[in-house]
Amino acid sequence: MRSITLSQAVNEAIAEEMRLDETIFLLGEDVAEAGTPFKILSGLVEEFGTNRIIDTPISEPGFTGIAVGAAMTGSRPIVDLMFGDFLFLVMDQLCNQAAKTHYMSGGKLNVPMVLRTNLGATRRSAAQHSQSLHALVAHIPGIKVALPSSAYEAKGLLKSAIRDNNPVVIFEDKLMYQDKSEVPEEEYLIPFGQANIVREGVDITLVGTSSMVQVAEKAADILFKEGISAEVIDPRTIVPLDEETILSSVRKTSRAIVIDEGHQSYGVTAEIASRISEGAFYHLDAPVQRMGAMDVPVPFSPALEDLTVPTPESVAARASALVRKELKYGY
Amino acid sequence: MKKKNISNSESYIRMYTQMARIRAFEDQANKLYLSAKMPGLTHMYSGQEAVAVGICEALKTTDHITSTHRGHGHCVAKGAEFKQMFCELLGKEEGYCRGKGGSMHIADQENGNLGANAIVGGSAGIATGAALSAKNLNRDDVTVCFFGDGALGQGLLYEVMNMAALWSLPVIYACENNLYGEYTKVEEMAAGELTGRAKAFGIEAFELDGQDVLAVNDLSQKLVARARNGEGPFFMQLNTYRYHGHHIGDINREYYRSKDEEKYWKEERDPITNFGEWLVKENISSTAELETLRNQVNQDAADAVAYALNASYPSSQEVDMHVFV
Repeated sequence: MRSITLSQAVNEAIAEEMRLDETIFLLGEDVAEAGTPFKILSGLVEEFGTNRIIDTPISEPGFTGIAVGAAMTGSRPIVDLMFGDFLFLVMDQLCNQAAKTHYMSGGKLNVPMVLRTNLGATRRSAAQHSQSLHALVAHIPGIKVALPSSAYEAKGLLKSAIRDNNPVVIFEDKLMYQDKSEVPEEEYLIPFGQANIVREGVDITLVGTSSMVQVAEKAADILFKEGISAEVIDPRTIVPLDEETILSSVRKTSRAIVIDEGHQSYGVTAEIASRISEGAFYHLDAPVQRMGAMDVPVPFSPALEDLTVPTPESVAARASALVRKELKYGY
Repeated sequence: MKKKNISNSESYIRMYTQMARIRAFEDQANKLYLSAKMPGLTHMYSGQEAVAVGICEALKTTDHITSTHRGHGHCVAKGAEFKQMFCELLGKEEGYCRGKGGSMHIADQENGNLGANAIVGGSAGIATGAALSAKNLNRDDVTVCFFGDGALGQGLLYEVMNMAALWSLPVIYACENNLYGEYTKVEEMAAGELTGRAKAFGIEAFELDGQDVLAVNDLSQKLVARARNGEGPFFMQLNTYRYHGHHIGDINREYYRSKDEEKYWKEERDPITNFGEWLVKENISSTAELETLRNQVNQDAADAVAYALNASYPSSQEVDMHVFV
């Protein structure tokens, strides 16, 4: 099978869906001729024209609000939010407007929009271009949240997002744009709410999201050499969350670590860890562990930034201690 | 007011009726609240009727509006029925939003009302997006974005007016200057000319008497036709007055506006009284006919309230319905 980059996968997903449905348009900053700073959208404006690939001023709340209104009136907009950090700028339009419109109108109005943005540190971009803020939107009822972990996942999840009749925020890991994976030529979709068992194992479950799926897989390689068999699960979407696949895995392995690049406190790791504690407590042989980004603004210096996110080594060390019952409180 | 146009008599009576309906609706809502039969809070549109009616009478059902927390008037003017509106105000299942929105979130998409919004200025993006949809999908509908002078403090408005101007969108920004944002005078909150904000984006802007329903309707007809023709966007500053406080419980208002001022607007500038007098003077109607009409409208509102008070609440199963499609 051919391999393509995550960036190409996103481009293909948008182009394929736009060919199928004329009500889809995309808007954001430098999305047309520039194809975004990451060059993800190159070629789209040439095929679809400037009425459907729309360059906006630097006005994130404004163009997000415009997408909400367009979605309520027959269009299916895709918002390109250049950095996930800019979510703070669009929170009213996303969380007070898009998320609540269907409910507040008693089911009469729909907001079929997709907001594409990114997450991920270690790109030496410092505190305002490196955050992973998916927990913020996952907290608000009415928004679906997808976290692709490879080119294959990105294409299948984005196509499902574009066809969904709800507001969907999809976070791409900006470190992964040039990473290749096998992506079939023929069309496929990845449904929301179905976790992927990336690798089977019996001693411990590693639940990883987005960028942390690769980290969990590498940790599993390290653990394998130590004689520990780790199961790796990628939830793919955190809203909706496939709780059953995670719980089944933990009931089998009896141990779990949840790894996510958002800040650890009050985050995705906490949510999934408590669902495991609530749903599989009597099967557990060790306390469920959370591994998120450190609770600090992301520092610029590479010497510091690399300390803030979970690594294969730190995950493997934690897993090993859990399995060997060597974990101490405050580890 | 201008000279009568006989062929428009039907439309004049309709505008009078619609204004009377809004006043009747608000009087009943006020009573419901003061007698503790209505949950939550509400914001009265009384006094501003000529704005909503003058504009909405220039629109087709397929045209869109976005509304505000002070939105009952827009909702009535765009074609909504009393029963479903009162049911919504009382949180009943038969309300326009099944009781899930309430006074500040009534939406009536069948009549093109994309919803009231409880975030000041919050619907500016939605209105502009509806206009972008119309343009992109080759529809001829026009969107009117209603907002108050208070929304002039919100950055979102300027972001979307800029884009509407860049992309020539069929949207009309209707700024209802009722002189107060909550409890503060407009001149303490907005520097410079209000219309100057739109002019800075190259948007044609008009200031007019929002108590004169014919003036509002005349200009609206012209601007809607031009917007439909691809000449938008436009900006209207409609000078008006809210009779009640910011919300229904804002009773003691003398620290921010005088009783004399309120008296002047109610007695000298009332849009319904003044338009009624004009209709009589121009022999389009008589004092008795207008009184009959108002009585009928008041009775309709009272009947709708009685109906809504007896209507059912949504079942408990509704609580987590409609979070997602």
